Parts: sequence; C-alpha cells; structure tokens
Amino acid sequence: MSFPWANEYKPTNPLMQWMDQRLPLPRFVYNAVGAGYPVPRNLNYMWNFGILAGFALVLQIVTGVVLAMHYAANDKVAFDSVEHIMRDVNWGWMLRYAHANGASMFFIVVYTHIFRGFFYSSYKAPREMIWLLGVVIFLLMMATAFMGYVLPWGQMSFWGAKVITGLFSAIPLIGTPLQQWLLGGFAPDNAALNRFFSLHFLLPFVILGVIILHVWALHIPGSSNPTGVEVKQESDTVPFHPYYTAKDGFGLGIFLMLYCALVFFAPNLLGHPDNYIPANPLSTPAHIVPEWYFWPFYAILRAFTSDFLFIPAKLMGVLAMFSAILVWFFLPWLDTGPVRSGHYRPLFRKFFYALVVDVLVLGYCGGAPAAEPYVMISQIAATYYFLHFLVILPIVSSIETPQPLPFSITEAVLGKDDHATLAPATPAVA
Amino acid sequence: MSGATNGEGVRRRDFINIAAVSFAGVGGLAALYPLISQMAPSADVLAESSTEIDISAISPGQAIKAVWRKQPVFIRNLTPAEIAAADKVDVTTLRDPQTLEQRTTAGKTNWLITMGVCTHLGCVPLGAGEGEVKGEFGGYFCPCHGSVYDTAARIRKGPAPKNLEVPPHEFSSDTVVKIG
Repeated sequence: MSFPWANEYKPTNPLMQWMDQRLPLPRFVYNAVGAGYPVPRNLNYMWNFGILAGFALVLQIVTGVVLAMHYAANDKVAFDSVEHIMRDVNWGWMLRYAHANGASMFFIVVYTHIFRGFFYSSYKAPREMIWLLGVVIFLLMMATAFMGYVLPWGQMSFWGAKVITGLFSAIPLIGTPLQQWLLGGFAPDNAALNRFFSLHFLLPFVILGVIILHVWALHIPGSSNPTGVEVKQESDTVPFHPYYTAKDGFGLGIFLMLYCALVFFAPNLLGHPDNYIPANPLSTPAHIVPEWYFWPFYAILRAFTSDFLFIPAKLMGVLAMFSAILVWFFLPWLDTGPVRSGHYRPLFRKFFYALVVDVLVLGYCGGAPAAEPYVMISQIAATYYFLHFLVILPIVSSIETPQPLPFSITEAVLGKDDHATLAPATPAVA
Repeated sequence: MSGATNGEGVRRRDFINIAAVSFAGVGGLAALYPLISQMAPSADVLAESSTEIDISAISPGQAIKAVWRKQPVFIRNLTPAEIAAADKVDVTTLRDPQTLEQRTTAGKTNWLITMGVCTHLGCVPLGAGEGEVKGEFGGYFCPCHGSVYDTAARIRKGPAPKNLEVPPHEFSSDTVVKIG
C-alpha cells in the first residue's frame, strides 16, 4: 500500500520493460526504498538507524560467510583456527576484527533504533506489528551474537556458554535435562560448539526474513515522523529516493568512520583479553562478563540474590532478565496516550530520559564485578526499569496533558501559512 | 435419507480430508522426533560417564580436582576440625538442608566428593586448589556471582539454590574411588 500520489515505476529501457512484465523485482525495490515510497518530509537523523541496522546485518553476513571459509568448528582446533585466521589468512585479521566490531556497531545502531521508538512512541497504532517484529529481531540478534561469541572457544566463550545455558537449568523440573539437550552433553563441548556454529550461520538469514516482514509492515501505514502526526497530503511527503537515500548515505558515512576507527585503531577495545586464552573447563576466569551489549540484562539477572516467596533467587533472576525484553512486546498497550511524539509529551519526556539513564546505570553495573555497591545499585535500577514500563508509563499516558500538535507535517515544517500549505479556505472561483 | 445426499452431517469427502490431514500430521510430527533427539547427548558422551580415581595421596586438609563427564569433581579429605564445623551447623537453618553424613559414605565421612560446578550458573568454585580462597565458611567460594559453600560444600550465602552436587560414587578400595 502507498499514498495515492506515490510515483509510479515507468521503465523506459526496453529490457527493463520486458523484465517488469515477467518479474517486477525492480518495481518492488522502487516502491520499497526508491522514488515510489513517499516518506514524511521532516524525518531527522534518528530515522537513519533502520537503514544502518540493515547495513550492519549485511556487513555481518558478508564478513561472516568468508570467515566460515577458514574457521573449523571443532573443540580441538577451533581456537587455533581463529588464530590461523588472525595470523596466516590473507586479510584474515581485518575480516575477523570487522566481524567482531561489526556486532558491536550493529547493537549500537539497534539500541538507538529501539530508543528512537521509545521516544517517538513508534509502537503505537497502527504500527504495533512493526514494533513486535522488531522485538523478535532483537531477540534473534541476541541469540546469534551469543552463539557467535562462543565460536573462538576461548575462556570467555566457554564460560559464557556454560553460564548462559545454565540459565535454562533454573527452570523447575525440566531445567537440567533441557540444558543437557541444548548442549548435547553435560558441559559445553564439541557437540555444543558444532551446533552453535550451525545456528550462528543460520540465524542471520532468519533475521533477514523477519526484517523483510518488518519493512513490509512498515510500508502499510508508511514511516512515522518526529511530530507523530500522520501524513495528510502530498506536501507532507517527499520520495524516499533521492531525499532519504542521500540523508541515509550521509549517516552511513558517519557510521563507517566510527566503525573503521574501532576496527583499525581499537579492535579489542570492546573485547575481553581472557578470550585469547584457550577454553579450560577446569578453571573459571576471575571476572566473567558477557559482551557489553548484554550488560543491562546481565545486571538484572544478578540483581536477585535472595529467594522471593517460593521462587528461588536463581529462577527469579532468569525470569526477570527475559521479562526485561518481553515487556517490550506489551508496550503498545501499556502506553495508552493518544499523542505519539515525545516532543509534545512533557511528562513522558522526563521519564524517557530517566529510562535512558537507568539503562546506562544497569549497563555499567552489569559490566562490574558481582560485589557491592554494584549489586544494590542494580537492584534499584532493575526495580525502576520494570516500574517504568509497568507503572509509570500507563499512569503518565493517562494523566498527561500533551502540548498542542501541529495540524500537519507541512505546517510543522513551514509554519501556519494556509496559502503555502493548504488549498485556500474559500474557492477562488465561485 | 443419509447426510451425504441432503448436504448435512459428515460427508465422505470430509472424512477423507480429515483422515488424510491427520495421517500426514502424525507423520510430520514423527519425523520431528529424530530432529529433536539428535541434540541430546550422544552415545560417546554418555559412555564417558564413569571414572576411577586414586585418592591415596590426598592428606587431611587437601583436595584435588578430578574430571567426570568433562566437568570438575572436587575430592576433599576433611580434617576433624572441618567435620566438626560441618556437624555443628543446625541443618534446619540451611537453604538446602543436608547433613555431612548424608553427603558422604558411612565410615568415610572425611571424604567429601562433590561436583566442582556451582549450582547457580555452573562456574568452578575456588577452594580446592592450594592457596585458593575458601570463603567465609571454609569450604568453597564461587567468584562469578559470590556463592559461598561451607566445609560440607553446602550453600550458605549468595545466589546458588543448592548444595554442590554429590555425584554417585563408591569406594572400590580404601585408596580408589569410582565416580559415576
């Protein structure tokens, strides 16, 4: 679906006309991310991050597929094969650093994309399905990133696998058999490494599939925009190409500069030195933490230190960690306010920034050792996290008086000039 | 008049449809079983499920780390003081109530054999090696999330829900123990 004033694909080249009648793939692309997709004219740079996330996924798939040509998923040789990539394979060091840091960049971009959604309430009707699919993509990303981190079979890989699969053992009755089924053994071993490699290769393509659904769902109502006012007329939109291909291109340039700075000047900045030690099942590293992008959730996991009612602390921690993401699925129905954009919601805006700070605090505690004061800070921050979604958001959205919205996107951009923005109030010819 | 001719009830075609789809469904589900079962521990992994260990060189107060099912096992020769410390605890106050006697073989209560796997998330606790931190209860200490175990390897503090697991074991002789 699109707006009635969308440009129509009219190929002039006979070959493209021939193609269009048989397999209208160019038409599909033209309507999806070309001149045939009308987009609100007022998008700011926060709207770059969807395209950037797609770019990061392609980057990961390309570097990942070539790394898989040199990597060996066997517990005896996996670590050595990664060192072989680093030392012997032509450009292997660059490809591996590009892949490892590409994961970090992917998460930076996706977190920005998610928080853009929080601020502008992009999850509200009629865009709930886009949001739900986005949360599914995020969960798939987390699984993919975790399994990828296991592949080098260093100390952090091994103990990461042990701790994360250990989460499942918290489930009553079926926990331990489930963990053994996931690992194919009693502890992470060759069986686990092999299946993680298989799934790490598969899941990015599953993500690609869900992204197609995500973009499909997006094209039904069209893109949201910083005012949160829906498109009303042709003057509210511009074609995606060339306007937003250019704007996204600029954002992509900035992205690539940051990415290259990481890959070429600080490739191990976000990694852990312990992962350059081969996996040793008999010795746990003194300080095990996941990669930075899991820290907020890891802090929530560790925040539960004593049993609550009849639920053991361990199970509570696991439930809370998963709930921290699952609560996003309910967001469209927790925030019931009629206004979308945080720009027009003064009270909501304050709590949005509080949530940003809260997640940063959780992230910091998740990377810190499991000791005081970090445990207590995590407990407070984790409590606030759930309060935000389950209590604050429903209350704020029901008591808040939003500021007046502009009549249209055009008015928000050009001001209240009826002659410039709308047809004259009275017909010129009677 | 039958249902098949007046358009009501179950027609022959309905029956064939349901039967065909059910049959295909059962077949499809049956085909899933091997796909799920292949992920469970394989025969060679299960075959490594017993090991014999010589414990003659472990003097009181010492402990060794052995390997069983690719996981560490702590074999500890408790001193009389450690046994006394474990027996002194009121069992009803424990998170996972067990006495030292329940966790060891009768007549060999000085041999405490447990998995070296924290019951929280599976890290290897410290305290079995020479000079490692034993925690405030003199047993084991898990550095990952701060669980503390006493001299009977019972959970006393921190997030772990259970005592360190005692693997099935028997003494083949006075100096050899078979685990698994």
